[in-house]
Amino acid sequence: MQANTLSGGFVDPAIGSAHAFRSVMEAMARPGTIQNIEGAAPPAPLSPAMGAVLLTLCDTETPVYLAGDLDCKAVREWLSFHTGAPFVGPAHCMFAVGAWDALAPLTVYPIGTSEYPDRSATLIVKCSELAASGATLTGPGIKDKATLSLPDVDAFQANRSLFPLGLDFILTSGDRIAALPRSTDVSGSSSEAAAHKGAS
Amino acid sequence: MTEYNFAYLDEQTKRMIRRAILKGLAIPGYQVPFASREMPMPYGWGTGGVQVSAAVLTPEDTFKVIDQGADDTTNAVSIRSFFQRTAGVATTTSTSDATVIQTRHRIPEEPLHEGQILVYQVPIPEPLRFLEPRESETRKMHSLEEYGLMHVKLYEDISRHGHIATSYAYPVKVEGRYVMDPSPIPKFDNPKLGDMAAIQLFGAGREQRIYALPPYTKVVSLDFEDHPFEASKADHPCGMCGATDSYLDEVIIDDAGGRMFVCSDTDYCEARQAAGHMGKDNGGKDAA
Repeated sequence: MQANTLSGGFVDPAIGSAHAFRSVMEAMARPGTIQNIEGAAPPAPLSPAMGAVLLTLCDTETPVYLAGDLDCKAVREWLSFHTGAPFVGPAHCMFAVGAWDALAPLTVYPIGTSEYPDRSATLIVKCSELAASGATLTGPGIKDKATLSLPDVDAFQANRSLFPLGLDFILTSGDRIAALPRSTDVSGSSSEAAAHKGAS
Repeated sequence: MTEYNFAYLDEQTKRMIRRAILKGLAIPGYQVPFASREMPMPYGWGTGGVQVSAAVLTPEDTFKVIDQGADDTTNAVSIRSFFQRTAGVATTTSTSDATVIQTRHRIPEEPLHEGQILVYQVPIPEPLRFLEPRESETRKMHSLEEYGLMHVKLYEDISRHGHIATSYAYPVKVEGRYVMDPSPIPKFDNPKLGDMAAIQLFGAGREQRIYALPPYTKVVSLDFEDHPFEASKADHPCGMCGATDSYLDEVIIDDAGGRMFVCSDTDYCEARQAAGHMGKDNGGKDAA
C-alpha cells in the first residue's frame, strides 16, 4: 500500500461531497456548461475532477470499471480505501472511468432496459481539454444551444438514438467537468471528430 | 448541529439519492426507483421532498419551504426548521433570495431564475396509477409509450362534464416521451413547468420514486385539438393585494357565507402589499 492511498479524500466528506455533487448536478442538468469541482487529490493518472466525482457517487453498491492505464495499483488501492467500490468489467459496471479511446467500444456497457432505463452506466471520461466550442448541443437543459468540445460526435449521436436507453457521460479535465446526458442532441463536429472521420 | 450528520441523512443514503437524481435528469420525466428512508416525520408530510433536499443542500444555500404557496403553515415551518437545525442553512421566505425551494403543491408566482432548485413533494408519482393499479403494468405502459388510457380518461371527463374536469395533478408529457405527474399542483401552474430556468426535482418518499426536469425542458399538458388545455383560476382579484394574475385560495370568513379570495403564494402577496398594492378587502382601490 502506498502512502498516498490513505490521503486525498474530501477533508470534510459530508460538506465536500455536497459541493461536488452540486457541480455534477449542474453539469448534468445543463449540458454544455463547464463546472469547477474540487476537494479531491487522487493519485495519478486520476485527475482531481475524476477523483471528486468518484468520491461523490461511488460506494460498495456501485461496480466500477477502470479502463486503460487507470487500471493500476495506485488507483485501485485509493478507490478501494475511499469508496469500497468493487471492480468489474465494462459489461457489469455502473461507472466506467478512463480516457475516451480506452473506454471504446461503447456497445459493451449496460444501457438500461426499456422498463428500467436508469439501470445504465455512467462514463467518466478523461479529456485533454474542455472548452465551450466545437460540437453544437441542443435538448433538455439547454436554452437555445450550447457548444462543447467533444472527443467524438458520431458515438454521441448513436447514443442519443437509443433514448430513453443509453449512456450518460461526465467529461473531465483537470479540475473541471461537463456532462452529456443521453437526452442531448449533438450536431456539427469538433476538430478531433473531423480528424477521426477523415481517418476512417 | 453536531448531533447530526450534515443535512440529517448518512452519506451512503445521500450518494444513492444523488445517483437517482442524476439518472432522473438524464431521462426527463422518468421515475427512478430509490431506497426511500424512514424520516422523522410521517409519510405524506414531504418525506420524498425532504430526502431530495437533504441530498442537494450545501451549507451556503438559502432554503425556502412552501405549503400550497404559504411559508407559514405547519408543514412548511417544520421542514424549514428541520434543515435549519440539521444542515445549518440560512432560511428565507423570499422566492428570489432562495437557492433551494421545497414545495408542496405550488410553483411560486415569481419566475425562478438559473441557479435555483425547486424540490416538489409528491404523493403519487405514477400518473397512470388510478387507471391501472399494478406497478408491473404501468411500468410496461411507460416502456411502450402506451398512454391511450390517459387520453380516454380525459375524454371521459369531456363526455361527462363537457370539459376536462381534472383541475390539479394534471398530466403532462415531457420532451414528447414520458407522461409525468406534476404532483398535485393546480393546472394553473402547469405552463410554468416547461422552459423553466431552474432545475425541478420531484421526490416521492412513500412510493420511493425520484424524477426530474432539467431547465428549459419541453413540457406539454395533455389535451385535444378541440378541447385545448386551459390554465384556470378563480375569476377574482386577490382581496389583499389586488393581483389579477396569481392563483387564489377561497377563504370563508364568517358564518353567513362570506368569503374572500387571496393569493395562495404568501410571499408574492406580501411583496405586493409592501409595494402599496391593496385589494378590496384590504382597504385598497386596486380591486378590478
